[in-house]
Formats: sequence, structure tokens, C-alpha cells
Amino acid sequence: MSRIAKRFARLKADKRAGLVTYVTAGDPNLDVSYQILKGLPAAGADLIELGMPFTDPMADGPSIQLAGQRALKAGITVDATFDMVRRFRKETGDNDTPILLMGYYNLVYQRGPERFCKEAAAAGVDGFILVDLPPEEADELKPYAVAAGIDTVLLTAPTTDDERLPAVLKYSSGFVYFVSVLGITGTSSATEEAVRTHVERIKRHTDLPIGVGFGIRTPDQAAAIARHADAAVVGSAIVERVKAGLDEHGKAKADLIPGVFAYIKALADGVRGVRKA
Amino acid sequence: MPSAPNSFRTGPDERGHFGIFGGRYVAETLMPLILDLEKAYNEAKADPSFQNELDYLLEHYAGRPSPLYYAKRLTEKLGGAKIYFKRDELNHTGSHKINNVLGQVLMAKRMGKTRVIAETGAGQHGVATATACALFDIPCVVFMGAVDVDRQAPNVVRMNMLGAEVRAVTAGSGRLKDAMNEALRDWVATCENTFYCIGTVAGPHPYPAMVRDFQCVIGNETRVQMMKAEGRLPDTLVACIGGGSNAMGLFHPFLDDKGVRLVGVEAGGKGVETGEHAASLTGGRPGVLHGNRTYLLQDKEGQITEAHSISAGLDYPGIGPEHSWLKETGRIEYVSATDNEALAAFQMLCKLEGIIPALEPAHALGHVIKLAPTLPKDNLLVMNLCGRGDKDVFAVAERLGMKI
Ligand SMILES: Cc1ncc(COP(=O)(O)O)c(C=O)c1O
Repeated sequence: MSRIAKRFARLKADKRAGLVTYVTAGDPNLDVSYQILKGLPAAGADLIELGMPFTDPMADGPSIQLAGQRALKAGITVDATFDMVRRFRKETGDNDTPILLMGYYNLVYQRGPERFCKEAAAAGVDGFILVDLPPEEADELKPYAVAAGIDTVLLTAPTTDDERLPAVLKYSSGFVYFVSVLGITGTSSATEEAVRTHVERIKRHTDLPIGVGFGIRTPDQAAAIARHADAAVVGSAIVERVKAGLDEHGKAKADLIPGVFAYIKALADGVRGVRKA
Repeated sequence: MPSAPNSFRTGPDERGHFGIFGGRYVAETLMPLILDLEKAYNEAKADPSFQNELDYLLEHYAGRPSPLYYAKRLTEKLGGAKIYFKRDELNHTGSHKINNVLGQVLMAKRMGKTRVIAETGAGQHGVATATACALFDIPCVVFMGAVDVDRQAPNVVRMNMLGAEVRAVTAGSGRLKDAMNEALRDWVATCENTFYCIGTVAGPHPYPAMVRDFQCVIGNETRVQMMKAEGRLPDTLVACIGGGSNAMGLFHPFLDDKGVRLVGVEAGGKGVETGEHAASLTGGRPGVLHGNRTYLLQDKEGQITEAHSISAGLDYPGIGPEHSWLKETGRIEYVSATDNEALAAFQMLCKLEGIIPALEPAHALGHVIKLAPTLPKDNLLVMNLCGRGDKDVFAVAERLGMKI
């Protein structure tokens, strides 16, 4: 069983939904970014999404765009991202919290899908979420991910109808990511009712856990998602806390890391307050 | 290198691939939409009333066919190949962009879309889209890099007058690539009612094939006109390449005519050797961006690097995927012309033929100036004069230190 599958089994046994936290690797710099990564599980993250900055993040709103720019300026690379994960596994001894890399396919393609999967797995990465690799193109990655033991979490959207869902699910493992709004990251939020309807619909097609993301900003919203989905994913709002912790020269203030963790703790409390059947 | 196929004109395959290039690398939210578009486009292609309406607009609204003009003075000056211009700069709105836009806006109408968005570099595609949207009474939003808003100001005014909203994009480096990112971001949020009118032979399938089909009117006319003028096919075709739509439109109908030499001219900026250029095929390598796999300017990791060109319409770090495939099969030669070569060509054409070209085709001419003298006098050369230079006169005057 993969770390992701184990984590969702554990959440199920605990009768609660999970909190998935997104942070951009290298934001605001490599050191602070690693300190954040290291403390995420203790702050309440059940799964971790680590964003790989790309110059042209077409599916991201301003918050994550800016985070990526800060990280690229700070010198983040694919190797440095792998190193962060390797160090996390080694220094924290945490062998249970899944780490997924999120980003755009070109970085994978340039390294070569086979090599990328092998190196990611060796570093301790558990899954990929590649925004611009829909099922139509997923064949070029999937066999190598399977061989390396890496889960591929594909996205489903409100526009993914019942006819199309099986194609998406065919390439999905670990969990399914439901993008709850039409739009880019960090802009609008879906209603609880809309999320419930879509989650129920997806559940009719799969036994995989369902994570719901895009537009979740408050502990109450996270709790509302937790009532219906297996996990709530929060990204832009966390990344905005990183930005809020920077001074006018872009240097991390002393309260940056505690500020990020306090916010994640509040989200986790929201999610954990919901008891599931 | 792939071996030469029986025909170069059959692509893409049913998954939108030209060899390894092309495809549909988009967010899931958009995938169902581009599948709908593909279906709707296939139906439109098979529907004579669609083609009839498009043909009518091309003739009576856009002013096609555009003339094939023998440039006698230029030919004499260069002393080699017999040079013809395909004068797509005479089209309504001033460039070849209208050919494609009329087709796509008809598609938008057919699909019941109530809003159109577009990206633009030089502003010619934006102006063409704003024009067609005015004609069909559809709200239109054009994304344009903030740098381009400055250097192509006359086109921003035109778009506004035509009723379009121009959104200046400051993200990234504020150029064509960033405008396309922003248009895609808008589309993900508005896809249910919005049609994305892409300005070149790039983006996810079916755009590269659809835009090519709409632009093929250029090459199809050239074929007929050259037969009439000279009783035979041309020997050499030359066109500039930003995303590659005017070049593809001219070249595609000739791909299977083995005797016709095809030359695409990318923007060499300050010189390909300086690293400051927009020549993706010469200086890039295959990667994935904006929905397709194609040659891209990028660093070792796959981060996209900035393109540099005096011409806003060529200032793009990628190129349409079919061009990438045609490069690898060897069917088309790809070369580059620098900013300075384009500027010299721009001035030569003004004085010699009384035509002010856009900076984009001035790059094609920059290469013709080098190529034509090496060819025999009976070599029939056609250059796509795909845009007029009204939009560029202020920027060029400033660059040349002229008083305005
Ligand atoms: C006049 C003109 N020519 C050429 C181009 C480049 O586009 P393409 O290579 O798709 O023809 C542009 C783009 O803005 C243009 O305005």
C-alpha cells in the first residue's frame, strides 16, 4: 500500500477527513521553505503538496504565481526540491506523511519522465499532481510512475461529466482531486451544496478517496468540505500567509513561520471538528 | 529524425499529434471544452453553409483574394530571383489575422458562445478579433502584454474604438507569452460561455489544425494566381514566423509539391548567438507549453526563457507544433533575421515599392534580401507580405531617431 493509501485508510479509521496543505517549494527562500515543510505535519497537515515553480503557471492565480516567482528568484530547482523531500524524510523520521509534487509537465518532460519518476521516488515523493497532463496525454508518464511506485492524482473539474470521468479515473491513483470551481487557484469558492453534489457523483464512479480544492480559505470552509469529501486542499491562502510574513525587502520576518503554522492549525481544527460515519 | 511521409498534409492524427509534437496539454477544466470545439469544427468543415458564409465574408468583408504583386523594382535591385508579394497586408484590418478570426468567430456563433477572448502581441490579431466581434455583436476581451500595449499603441486605440476591452497583462515579462497565459486563465473561469480565439497555429488541438485550415486561403490563392501570372508553380516561398500562422497558410498547400522550396524566417533579435532572440526552432528544443509540445526557448530545467524581438508579433518563445514537425522532417528550412536586418528591409520596401510593411514581414524581407541575389533570375519567389506597418511607424521612427 502506498503512503497515500495508508494515510487515507488511517483517516477513515479515525472517522475524519484529511487536510492537504499546498506550499511552493523554495518560497520565500530555500531555507525558510524547508523549515515550513518540516513543520507541516505537526501543524496539522495530513498530506503535503509541494509546488514545483514554473515560469508560466497557467492554472494559477496571482498568489501562487507570486510564490513561484519568489522561489525561482531564490534559486529553486528540481534537484533542490527533491533534496527538500529527502531531507524531510531523513531529519524528521516521518515516513507516513505523503508528499505530492504539484506542477506543470514541462519540468518532468525535460528531465525525462522515467528519470524524473525514479529520482522523485528515491527522494521520498509519493505522488504527482500535474495540472497540464490530462488523461489524453497521461500515457507518457503513467507507466514510469507505476514502476517507481508513485501515485498520479489527476484532476476532475465541474466540466468533467459522467461520460468523461472514467477516463480520468483510469489514470488516477492515491486519490482523486476535484477542482471545485471553474477557474484558477485562489480566486472564487464553491458552495457546499455544489461540492456535495459533485463528490457524490464522483463517488458513484470510484472507491478512491476524493480531495477537494480551489478556493478554500477559512476553517469554516474547510470544515464544510470535510463534511462531504475525504480531504480538503488549501493552497493560495497558505501561500498568502507566507507573503504576509515578508518585510518590504522580501525578507522573512520572525513571525512568518509561526504565522503559517497557526493558520494551518486553525484549518486543521476545522477539518478535525467534523466527525464522519 | 522521422522519415519523410507520403504526404506532409495529412496531420495531425486523431489525438492532435504531428509526430511527437502538438497534443492537448491543458487543465482538465478545459479538456471537455476543447473536445467540444473539435467536434463542432469537424461538423462545420463538413457543412457547406459554414464554408459559404466564411467565403462570403472573406471576399466582401475582408477583401480577398489579396493580390499577388510582382515587385519589379525590388527584383531589379536585388538582381536575382523574381520576387512576388502575396499582399495580405491589404486585407481589412491590415494583416492575415482576419482570415483566421472570421473562421473562429463563426465557430463561436455556431457553438452559441456569447463572449470572445483573444491574446495579442502586435495587436493585429486583437484588432481582427475586435473587428469580427463588432460585426457579430459579441463582447470581446483582448489580453495584451503591458510592454506591447506601449510599443503597439495605435492598435490598442483601434481595439478600444471597435468596442473591445483591452486588458494589459503585467504578469511575467508583459509580452505575448504572458498574454496567452492570462487568456488561458480567463478561459478556465469562463469556459461555459466564452470562446477563446487563438491568433496563431499553436495551443491545444484542434487549434493548430483549425487555424492552419483558415489560413490556407493564402497558399491556395497564391497557387492559382501564380499559375495565371507565370503558368507554373513558384520555386521559393518565404514567410516570417511568430507562432507560424501566416507561414503555415502560405506553405501548407505546397507541402507536397517537392520542387517548391519553403523558408520560414524567425526573429533573430540581437542575433541568435547573443541569446537574445525569438528563434525557437533555431535556438530552442522540444518542450510543453500553452497546450502543446513544440520547440521552446527554455533553460536546462524546462523554465521558459524570454524571447527578444523588435517585433511584438514575433516575440514568442514557442512556435506552432506543426512547424516543429516540419522542421524535423526537413520539409521546411527555418532561418532567422535580426532586428537590424528587419529594420533595413522595412526602410528599403518603403522607398523602393511604396509599401510600409509591418515589422513581422520585414523579417521575411530581411531574409529575401540575402536569399534572392543567390538565386537565378527565373526563380519565382513569393514572400508573404502579411501585414502593413501603420502600427509600427512610431516605434520605427523612434528607433531610427526620426523626428515625429
Ligand atoms: C503582421 C503580422 N505578421 C506575423 C505575425 C506573427 O504571427 P504568425 O507567425 O502566426 O503569422 C503577426 C502577429 O502578431 C502579425 O501581426
